[in-house]
Amino acid sequence: MERTVAIAPVRKSLRVNAPPARAFEVFTAGMSRWWPATHTTLKAPFKEAIVEPREGGRWFHRGADGSECETGLVQLWDPPRRLILVWQLNAKWEYDPDLFTEVEVRFTPDGEGTKVELEHRHIERMGEGAPVARAAVDGPGGWGAILEGFRNEIERSA
Amino acid sequence: MAFQNALAALADPTRRAVFERLADGGLPVGRIAKGLPVSRPAVSQHLKALKEAGLVTDRAQGNQRIYSIDPKGLGAVRRYLDQFWDQALEAFAAEVEKPQPEEREKS
Repeated sequence: MERTVAIAPVRKSLRVNAPPARAFEVFTAGMSRWWPATHTTLKAPFKEAIVEPREGGRWFHRGADGSECETGLVQLWDPPRRLILVWQLNAKWEYDPDLFTEVEVRFTPDGEGTKVELEHRHIERMGEGAPVARAAVDGPGGWGAILEGFRNEIERSA
Repeated sequence: MAFQNALAALADPTRRAVFERLADGGLPVGRIAKGLPVSRPAVSQHLKALKEAGLVTDRAQGNQRIYSIDPKGLGAVRRYLDQFWDQALEAFAAEVEKPQPEEREKS
C-alpha cells in the first residue's frame, strides 16, 4: 500500500552569540563536541561525529575502537549560511541507505550573533521501511483507511 | 523507540478500533464508546494509551473532552526527533558560545 501522510517538519530556531562562520564550523567540524553521545548507531563507545566538508560527503560516527557507522550524507554545503544533511537513520535508530530525510540548517547574521534555524523534514518516510509499520498498514484493520482520513484532515486544515 | 511504541499501541485490536473511530474527526468519549463492545472507562484507558503514544490529542470543548487524531503528531517519531533536536541544539549552542582560547588556532 503506497500511502503516506506528510508529517509537519521539526523546526527549531535559536540564537547564538557567535558569528555565522563560527556557528557553521561548530555545527559541522565541531559536531563531535556537541552531538549527544547516547544517540549513535555505533556498538562501540561514541568518539566522533564527522561531517565531510563537501556535497556528497559522508556524515558518520566513529567509535572509540575505530569502527564507523553512517548517519547520512551532505546534500548541500554552503558555508557559512546553509547546510543540508541527509539523515538516514530510521525510527529504530538504524542506518537505512534507502531512507532520505533532510536536515536543513540556516545560519543568518543577527546583530553580533547568529540566528540558527533547523528543519528536519520528510519524517513520514521513516515509517515506510519498518516491517512493523508495514504490518500495521497492511494488516487486518490496517492503517490504509485511517491514513486516507489523515490526508483529508491535513488537506482540509491546510 | 517512540515510533515503535506508537505502533505497539495499535497492536491491540480494541485500541485500534478506538483509534479508527477518530478517522473522520474528533469525538467525545461517549461517542467513541458507542458501538464498541467495551465499557466507557475501558475506552478512556485506551485513549490514554493512544495519547501517550503520540497518536491522539484531546482538547476541552464546553464540559467535554474531544479526542482526535493528531495530524501533526502522526508518529511519536516526530515528537522524539523534536526532543532530540532540542537536546542536541542546546549542547551545540553551549559549544558555540564556549569561551575560546585567546588566539584561536587553526586545528
